[in-house]
Amino acid sequence: MEFEYKVEGGDFTNAGSASSSVKKTLKKLNVDPKITRKIVVALYEAEVNIVAHAYRGDILVKISPEQINITLTDEGPGIENIEQAMVEGYSTASAKVREMGFGAGMGLANIKKNTDQMNIQSEVGKGTVLSFTNFLS
Amino acid sequence: MTVDEIVEVIEGVVVTKTDADSLEIEYAMASDLMSDVLTLDTENAALITGLSNIQTIRTVEMQDIQCIILARGKRATAEMIKLAEQDNITIIESPYAMYRISGVLYQAGIKPHY
Ligand SMILES: Nc1ncnc2c1ncn2[C@@H]1O[C@H](COP(=O)(O)OP(=O)(O)OP(=O)(O)O)[C@@H](O)[C@H]1O
Ligand SMILES: [Mg+2]
Repeated sequence: MEFEYKVEGGDFTNAGSASSSVKKTLKKLNVDPKITRKIVVALYEAEVNIVAHAYRGDILVKISPEQINITLTDEGPGIENIEQAMVEGYSTASAKVREMGFGAGMGLANIKKNTDQMNIQSEVGKGTVLSFTNFLS
Repeated sequence: MTVDEIVEVIEGVVVTKTDADSLEIEYAMASDLMSDVLTLDTENAALITGLSNIQTIRTVEMQDIQCIILARGKRATAEMIKLAEQDNITIIESPYAMYRISGVLYQAGIKPHY
């Protein structure tokens, strides 16, 4: 199964709607709620990162009986130092993002914690590709 | 604790129509920072918060938290209530500050995470 979603930078009203839709799909597929929670927390962190830090993005979700693979591709400023961005507490979030309850610099580390495989590639001035995989059993 | 019992001790008002009667709250956390709430591993928990926006609802939805307590007279918007009801999330508004809600619920037996 494959699903695609669009994400708009700065759109905090709709942030999380893709994650919510994926959650409903996983529930229908009877995926273990504990595994589902890890997947949707990771996806939501990544979705909010596009809204908070990039201009626009695409989410591609691929589900097989064994695993789920999610790739988020955005157009945005990119991440200059990925290692630094992964460190808990590092954040460049704007005041607006902080007002929304985000910007503690914990998202990327939390995505890593909640996924079985994770990969980030980024080009400054172009954008970022984040992909992760979770095994479903 | 049931939602009715919680409402009683924090002078709260339930503003959503959900099947709240079946909820049994065991744990709670108090935070305005959704980044923080997203890192918790929790079950049967309520979130006590002063942050009242759509992302409060989305955050608890992802975390399977079924109850939000809005502190210090913060109101849920119609949009928040609609989204919460879709996901069977109960929202309680309380005039008490976060510290007082936390203290009262702690005393009533609601457990912390750490
Ligand atoms: N898609 C992205 N495009 C550009 N920069 C990003 C992107 N994702 C993350 N970053 C950069 O990496 C930093 C760390 O990201 P992370 O998700 O860990 O924290 P945050 O989003 O700042 O705060 P939190 O996730 O705790 O709300 C961000 O502040 C930002 O500088
Ligand atoms: Mg983030």
